[in-house]
Amino acid sequence: MTVAFWILAVLLVASAMFVITAEKPVHSVAGLLAHFFFLAVTYFMLSAEFLAVIQLIVYSGAILMLFVFVIALLSSGVAPFTLGPDRLPKMAAPATLIVAIMLAFVGYGISRAPAIVPVIHGVAAGPVGAAGVFGSVADFGYALFTANLLPFEITAFILMVAVVGVILLAGDHAPYVPTRRRARIVERDMREAIARAGEE
Amino acid sequence: MHPDLLPVALANYVGLSSVIFVIGVAGVLLRRNPLIMLMSIELMWNAANLLFLAFARAWLNNAGHIFAFLVITVAAAEAAIGLAIVVVVFRTRTNVDVDEVAAMKG
Repeated sequence: MTVAFWILAVLLVASAMFVITAEKPVHSVAGLLAHFFFLAVTYFMLSAEFLAVIQLIVYSGAILMLFVFVIALLSSGVAPFTLGPDRLPKMAAPATLIVAIMLAFVGYGISRAPAIVPVIHGVAAGPVGAAGVFGSVADFGYALFTANLLPFEITAFILMVAVVGVILLAGDHAPYVPTRRRARIVERDMREAIARAGEE
Repeated sequence: MHPDLLPVALANYVGLSSVIFVIGVAGVLLRRNPLIMLMSIELMWNAANLLFLAFARAWLNNAGHIFAFLVITVAAAEAAIGLAIVVVVFRTRTNVDVDEVAAMKG
């Protein structure tokens, strides 16, 4: 188990590094896909089987597909997705500083933390998927739909707001661009409306 | 070793999660492509989720699972909105570079 953890840790960090160093966004998406896959394996190691499956379905299936679609959409009909230089020259020193400070905080916290003696609430061992076993779908679903029903409903509301927001932002409703042609059309419509009003 | 205890020490998970989180921070700081910045934010979400699940496993308490589930939902909403903003910005200009998008600057 420990060996598996360290192999996964190396793979996770390597794929995360690949995500932020890749030249093209598509390569980053591929790195992120590998990262999410290794993360799902780690979730299985933590006996969070439902979350591991959700990780693969929602992240790898839905969110990464969205990224790929946006990259394809933005790259179509124009020159290949070219970008200016990264912010490395300007931001390398501050970023290194921030990263070092954050890691130092974490290292200090880990070194000073008392040995954690967990209070065991459930049962880890048991047939996969059985009710009452920690991390099983039955266990998770029971907790979600009894004690945590309100947060669940609130996330549904958040998702609905996101859908409405995306439609408003990027939907077919084109932003108003004043052009001469459109101005002429508006002027004609107004004249006609005034003429109709005069006839009445 | 007791079968209910976490096989790998919790501090290892904390360290791994913080390293991934910091890689995400570095990605946001160093890259100027908004897509890769959004992906770095996804890395940070997932580092937090890993920590939730590790602590949930250590205590055998599935409250962490519930929270990780909610985080995944909110991350999906965030990715959708962020990508929509990228698409909208790209419609009005020819390249995607966060440093040139200053319309919402105060």
